[in-house]
Amino acid sequence: MKKNFFNIFVLFCFLCICFGCNENKTNTNKIVIWHWMTDRDDAFIELANKYKNLTGVDVSFELYAPSEAYSSKVKAAAQTNTLPDVFSILGAKRDLASFINAGHVANLTSYMEENNNEWKDQFIPTSIEINEFKEGNPFDVEPGIYGVSIDFSSIQFLYNKTMFRNAGLDPENPPRTWNEFIDANKKLRAKGYQGIVGGFGEIWFLDCLTTIYAYNILGEEKFISTVKGETPYTDPDWVKVLSLFEELSKNNCFATGTISMINKTSEQTFANEKAAINYNGSWAVNVYSGMNPTLEYGVMAPPVYNSKRPMYVWGGNGSSFMVNEKSKHKEEVIKFLKWFTAVEQQNFLTDVTKNIPSNKNSLEYVDGVLKDFAKTSDNFITSWKYNIFEYPSVLEVLDKGIQSIIIGEKTPISVLQEVEQVKQKEMENF
Amino acid sequence: MLKNLYIYRYRTINFLKTFFSQIILILVSISCIFPLVWMFSAALKTQQTVFTDMSLFPKHPVWNNFVVAWTKANFGVYFFNSLFYTVVVVFGVIFIGSLAAFAFSRFKFPLRNFFYILFMATMMIPIPGSFISLYILLTKLNLINTRIGYILPQINGGLAMTIFMLKTFFDKMPKDLENAAKIDGCNKFRIYLHVALPLAKQAIAVMVIFTALGVWNEYLLAMLVLSSKTLMPLQRGLMVFQGSHMTEYPLLMAGITITIFPIVTIYLLMQKYIIKGVMAGAVKE
Amino acid sequence: MKKSIKYKDIFSSYLFVLPAIILFLVFSLYPIFKVVELSFFEWDGISKFTKFVGFKNFIDVLFSNKIWWKSVLNAFYITLIALTIQNGVALFLAFCCDKDIRGAKAYRVIFYLPPVLSGIVVGLIWNWIYDGSYGFLNHMLTVLGLGQYSRAWLADPKTALMAVALIHIWKGFGWGFIILLAGLQGISRDYYESAKIDGASSFQIFKNITIPLMIPIFFLVSILTILGTMQIYDLIISTTQGGPGYHTEVPITRILTTMTGTSRFGYACAMSLVFGAILLILSIFQLKVSKKIER
Repeated sequence: MKKNFFNIFVLFCFLCICFGCNENKTNTNKIVIWHWMTDRDDAFIELANKYKNLTGVDVSFELYAPSEAYSSKVKAAAQTNTLPDVFSILGAKRDLASFINAGHVANLTSYMEENNNEWKDQFIPTSIEINEFKEGNPFDVEPGIYGVSIDFSSIQFLYNKTMFRNAGLDPENPPRTWNEFIDANKKLRAKGYQGIVGGFGEIWFLDCLTTIYAYNILGEEKFISTVKGETPYTDPDWVKVLSLFEELSKNNCFATGTISMINKTSEQTFANEKAAINYNGSWAVNVYSGMNPTLEYGVMAPPVYNSKRPMYVWGGNGSSFMVNEKSKHKEEVIKFLKWFTAVEQQNFLTDVTKNIPSNKNSLEYVDGVLKDFAKTSDNFITSWKYNIFEYPSVLEVLDKGIQSIIIGEKTPISVLQEVEQVKQKEMENF
Repeated sequence: MLKNLYIYRYRTINFLKTFFSQIILILVSISCIFPLVWMFSAALKTQQTVFTDMSLFPKHPVWNNFVVAWTKANFGVYFFNSLFYTVVVVFGVIFIGSLAAFAFSRFKFPLRNFFYILFMATMMIPIPGSFISLYILLTKLNLINTRIGYILPQINGGLAMTIFMLKTFFDKMPKDLENAAKIDGCNKFRIYLHVALPLAKQAIAVMVIFTALGVWNEYLLAMLVLSSKTLMPLQRGLMVFQGSHMTEYPLLMAGITITIFPIVTIYLLMQKYIIKGVMAGAVKE
Repeated sequence: MKKSIKYKDIFSSYLFVLPAIILFLVFSLYPIFKVVELSFFEWDGISKFTKFVGFKNFIDVLFSNKIWWKSVLNAFYITLIALTIQNGVALFLAFCCDKDIRGAKAYRVIFYLPPVLSGIVVGLIWNWIYDGSYGFLNHMLTVLGLGQYSRAWLADPKTALMAVALIHIWKGFGWGFIILLAGLQGISRDYYESAKIDGASSFQIFKNITIPLMIPIFFLVSILTILGTMQIYDLIISTTQGGPGYHTEVPITRILTTMTGTSRFGYACAMSLVFGAILLILSIFQLKVSKKIER
């Protein structure tokens, strides 16, 4: 009896392994695309089917999630030159630069600019900027556009209109200046509501918030010179930037515990009306429509601190597709991507996935709260707008320091001294 | 009289002992069961009520979630795959691991300690980017996107702990039995098969549980090695419900509830062996 | 003649370990070798260029990376708690289930449930328990009239690490429980019977029979606890992400941030080798202690 079982088991293994090998053969004439966007997978596949009916070209979207798994797969495939025709790169622009310098990403400038910039001009400028390297970039990448943006996101404040109304605030006129913002928070507290909630445990949220206020307080010139290492972080203006967090914290503007929260927890808090203000990306519209369709909320651009300078809005960190430099069917791929980013398909994606489309002409198609997110698109800024890049280790110390400021453990100046130390060390290293 | 008092005291102490033990056991049990109950009840709610409706059994349970989860996650295909991987990896780990553990515990051969320490070291050095090296290796061996390419690294991954654990149990094995078997003319392999393995039954059952759990929940390696959907394990199905921004909680919970059943079954089957060992212990015979 | 028997003996011994060694050589040695090699280089994980830097990475990790050492200390703290509380609880529970206490059968099944649970569920539940504004723990404290102690447990530097450690203990005691139970069940009941006939009290039996026989198992469990706890990270990622500040950072989260966040592969490799050395020293120390006790 026992032996029989064992034999069957061995046979079973053998059969499966044989099957496993047989299934390995893939059709070489199709375009293979790797991505990590679970929530968009169905929509992508639908579009691929549509494209096949139109042109007869097989496009296969392969999903690898979660993002860490996807990231290591792409990096590993780059090492063995087994990247697919199209893929996306997660991570900072520094990583994109490395991929380009290693010869994995095709320069799309010529395709973008043919027929009088036909393809390029249909995109929102920020969407191009995300994948563009300019002359004199610090990574020595040959200037050009290296990716096709399919959508993008923007990070702003969301606010609960009902709670605003109950606290005696005008829900249609959210605070525009910093002082109004603090006042609004005080009123919310007085009513017993919690103020700002956000996934500040994921430190890049603090990054975005710091950067836009640094631009507002320091001005572009000084900000750039800090990143270049010419102005120290201990500059009084920087102290002012970090003092904003201290001010928010002292006025009890943050929801309890938000400082080490992951974003999904913060979204639960806001969706269940346990906090009045949420710092979050445009993807939240999709989240809240699922979790609480009756939630009455609006979007407000970050309140202005220094009215003499422009106040930017963080935006652009969407998703893009890169074309493999070594792909055998580059022309086919480009054709597909052009079709993929055309208005009709972009409208479809907007409809299904509720992300802001990267095609200018699809912007009108956006509605509801998402429209408010897209409204400020002229003011969008990304960290790479001015061809400057801060060391990730410096940003980490800065963001972690801000967490410490908010829990009252450190002062702005002591955090900035630490940041400056790390900055000096990095500058010596490279 | 005095004797009665003693008995009385003894009984009271015993009663108190059991009473307090039971209280602690019950409290710990509640903390262990609660998440399961919560998960099950969350699987019956909707995306809107999952965090607002605090009742453990919702008024309008959405049993359909289980059906939707099963079809949407394509569990039909993945289930078979996971079952296959789990059976093969567990068998491989236990067989190869116990052979090695037995040798490390019982035989003397050159470089024995060297190899043993080498195996232990793999448990200690966390290898960042080991995924990348592994991918390069599997590509060179032409094992990318094959079942073997997914199975072998997992067997290797489970070996260190198995060897360590089983060696501890083999070390405890009485020498007399082995000698008796030797006199009976058993060769090394038969001693291993007929004497050592039955004696280490409990430890093997534990390792089966640990390994099975590990393989059942594995997905990072699957994402790296496999690309055909037809080869993917169960966890790939669960990914459908967890977008980078959007999580469909009730469906996810329904999916997890479904995936947890087989592993709990394995545990129930194996824990019998852990207990049974007492009755069938070879020492007693 | 004798010699050939000896060689045959060695050869047959090697046959036992051969499959394991082959797998190890193929699938472990290359990655480990790669880590050692890369730790002497500066590499971003993608580009084709690596820069040889000698021992610079190691020197920096060892002597000028305060955050790294803080993360190691944090891991030690959690490990210490796991070693004492987690294993204490596991032993107590295993002991109860080994004796025929009422409901032992049910308990045996129940106690292994937390390790079976998916990390997603664990994260969701504990985030809710610890939440500062509507968390279960704060609610209970208020009910008990201890409202002044309520706080955001994961965001308060005083409690964050302890809170994370507690989740880890809860998730992990099932492992220890089941190994210890297997060990206890392996002890022949004859010993207990004869001791009882000799009139030994239950404490004496525990002290003189159970403990000595269980020492190898204690050693096994404690070393697995150390190795498992020192290398925790997924729990941290799903609760605090290392925050607030650096209060709940552990070595593996540091290694991962260095590798993917700051793209310094070589440095991350040096970190993991240093970490591996720490674990190795700990294990050897453990081994020495247990050998002494066994004697």
